[in-house]
Amino acid sequence: MSFLSKVWAIAAKDVAAELRTRELVGAMLVFAVLATLIFSLALDLRGAMAQAAAPGILWTTIAFAGTLGLNRSLAREHRGGAIEGLLLAPVDRSAIFFGKALGNLIFMAIVEVVLVPLFAILFEVPTLQPGVWAVMGLGTVGYAAIGTLLAGMAVNTRAREVMLPVLLLPLAMPVLIGGVRAVSGLLAGSPFDAVGHWVGLLVAYDGIVVAVSMLGFGYVVEE
Amino acid sequence: MKNRREIVGLALVLAAGVAMLTALGMAFLYAPREATMGDVQRIFYFHVPSAWVGFLAFFVTCLAGVAYLTQGRRRWDILASSSATIGLAFISMTVITGALWARPVWGTYWTWEPRLTISAMQLLIYVAYGMLRGSIDHAERRARFAAVYGIVAFVTVPLSWFAIRWWRSIHPDILVGGDGMGITPRMGQTLLVSLAAFTLLYAALLWQRVRLKETRDRLDGLHERIDRLDRYR
Repeated sequence: MSFLSKVWAIAAKDVAAELRTRELVGAMLVFAVLATLIFSLALDLRGAMAQAAAPGILWTTIAFAGTLGLNRSLAREHRGGAIEGLLLAPVDRSAIFFGKALGNLIFMAIVEVVLVPLFAILFEVPTLQPGVWAVMGLGTVGYAAIGTLLAGMAVNTRAREVMLPVLLLPLAMPVLIGGVRAVSGLLAGSPFDAVGHWVGLLVAYDGIVVAVSMLGFGYVVEE
Repeated sequence: MKNRREIVGLALVLAAGVAMLTALGMAFLYAPREATMGDVQRIFYFHVPSAWVGFLAFFVTCLAGVAYLTQGRRRWDILASSSATIGLAFISMTVITGALWARPVWGTYWTWEPRLTISAMQLLIYVAYGMLRGSIDHAERRARFAAVYGIVAFVTVPLSWFAIRWWRSIHPDILVGGDGMGITPRMGQTLLVSLAAFTLLYAALLWQRVRLKETRDRLDGLHERIDRLDRYR
C-alpha cells in the first residue's frame, strides 16, 4: 500500500463511521447555522453593517464548529482504545496524522459548503466566487492540521474537550485574521491579486503548521 | 558539584540585583526627561526589556521542548516549564506597563497596536500552556505534550506577527505614529543597561526555579523510598 492509500484508508474509515453514526457533521452544521443566527441577532446586523461583519462571522463560526468536530473525531479514537489499534497497524505515524487531518478537513469542508452559500442569502454578500472558496480551503487546511494535533492532546487531558479551544484558538490567529481579511477584500470586489499577501500568509501557515503537526503528532499519540 | 551550583545561583541573584538597581537608577536619574511625553516615557525602560525577556523565555521553552523530545531527559522539561512560567510573568508585565503608558500618551488603556496585540496573544498562549500542564497527571505525558505545544506555539508567532501587522497597516491608525520618538544617547544607554539587567534577572530566576523543581523531584523520590521502606517493615 502506498502512503497515499494508507492516508485515504484512515480518512475513509472516518467518513464511513460518520455516514453510519451521523453524530459529527450534523451537530457541526446545526451549531454553525445557530451561531450565525445568534451573531446576527446579538449584533443586530442589517444592510451595510451585515456585509462588513459577514467575513468575521463566517470564520469565527467555522472555527468554533471546527473545534466541535475535531474534538469528536479524536475522542472517537480515544474511546475504546481505537487509537491503539491504529498505532499497531503497520503504517507510519505521519500517515495516521494525515488520515485524521484529512477526515477533519472533509467534515469542515462540508460545513463550509453549506455555510458559504447561506451567507450569500442571509447577508447579501457575493460569497459564491472561486477566490472565496480558495481562501476558505487554504485556511481550513492549516486549521484542520493544527487542530488534529491539538485535539489529540486535548482528549488526553483531564479537562478533555474543554481544553481544545483554549489551546487551538490563540495558535490559529493567523488563519482567522488572514482568512477574514482576504474574504472581506474579495467580498468588497477586490481582485484576487489584491489580497495576495493574505493568501501568501495562509499558504505559509499551512506549510509550517502541517510540517510541525505531522512531526509532533507521533509524540502525542505514542504511549 | 552541589556547592558550585549554589554559588552560581547566588552570584546570578547578586548580579541581577545590582544590575536592576543600576537600571532603576539610570531610568530615573540618568535618562533625560522626554520632551513630549514627559516622565511617563520612562516606563519604556521596563516595558521593552520585559517584552524582550518574554520572547527570550518562550524561545528557551521551545528549544528545551525540542531537546526533551529528542533526548527524553526530564531536566529539559523542567527547564521548559520554568522558562514558560517566568516568561508569563514578564509578558504580563509588558502588557500592563504598555497599557499604563498608553493611557496618558495615546489617551486609552488599550488600542489594537500590533505589538500590544501580539503580546496579549503571547500571554494567552502561555496561559494555555500552563493549563495544558495542569490538566495532565502523568508526568512523562505532561512533559511530552508541553514540549510539542511549546514548539508549535513558538513557530506560529512570526505568522501571527505578520497577520497582526498587516491587519493594522491596512486600517492605518494615527496612534501608531507615536513611536517615532527621538532617542538620545543617554536614553539608548539606559535602555541597553535595562535590557542587560532584565536578561540577568531572567537568568537568575530561571536558575533558581530549575533548582527548586529539581529539589522537589528529589524530595518526591525520597518520600517514595520512605513509603517503600515503611511497607517492608
